[in-house]
Amino acid sequence: MVIECKHVWAHISGYLDATLPAEVLQQVQKHLEHCEICSAILDSTRNILILSADERVFELPLGFSKRLHARLQAEIGGVAARPLEGD
Amino acid sequence: MAAGPDLRDEAQMIASILAGDRHLFHELIRPYERRVYVMALSFLHNEADAEDTAQEAFLKAYRNLAGFRGEAKFGTWLVSITLNEARSRLRNRDNMKLESLDEPPDDQGHTSPALLRDWREIPSEALERKEVGQLLHQAVTALPAIYREVFVLREVEGLSINEAAGALDISIASVKVRLHRARMMLQRTLAPRLKEIVPKRRWLPWS
Repeated sequence: MVIECKHVWAHISGYLDATLPAEVLQQVQKHLEHCEICSAILDSTRNILILSADERVFELPLGFSKRLHARLQAEIGGVAARPLEGD
Repeated sequence: MAAGPDLRDEAQMIASILAGDRHLFHELIRPYERRVYVMALSFLHNEADAEDTAQEAFLKAYRNLAGFRGEAKFGTWLVSITLNEARSRLRNRDNMKLESLDEPPDDQGHTSPALLRDWREIPSEALERKEVGQLLHQAVTALPAIYREVFVLREVEGLSINEAAGALDISIASVKVRLHRARMMLQRTLAPRLKEIVPKRRWLPWS
């Protein structure tokens, strides 16, 4: 069975997560082999996911850890804490 | 990104903290600092509020540690606390409209991808440019809340679909649907802009 581009788009997430049923997977793969647009959409989506997972996109502010542990220490108090490590 | 420390170690650490070895809480939360901050930031859109909310979430976790029963993972429990803190902070922000947690009314579930020919540069090269990271950051934080929550947990913090469903208290099917829509929305927003600022250098082979 031949499927259209818009049906392939609906399966892009399933394709990337490798959760498509075998029959659908085969149809999607067949479509992607000859459809430049859909394979470009797949690649760009995958690239965006790879970039999103990069720690440089959402960075902790400088000193975050130090300030957090100082505030926690004020709450925890009483007990001799280990020296706090720097960030 | 990390899946978290050994669960048995965590359970032991929590038992020790509750038994009086309270300073161990510092160690218990170290692997989760980034996750909690990023969740808060994705809601509050500014670093100062996000940091304060993250601190509050960790304090709340400390104060309520005795109530953690171990049915969920500690990291999942922390995410739930953080989401509650962030939502509460949003509600209390005087000059900010409450962001709807419902399905956006105009969303019929059909998001067509950007029909550009390609943007296939090797991703790590792209991130060497600061504006690429900023674009991504802005696009993720601009997603409607229900999509953003799922996307951040799954794609930014690397939780499994099951873990994300547990943290958000929604079904696995809902996680999958929301994740798909979030990815398509981001592809539509980002692919054309990334292609503009990142000249094509190489083709990423698809296989």
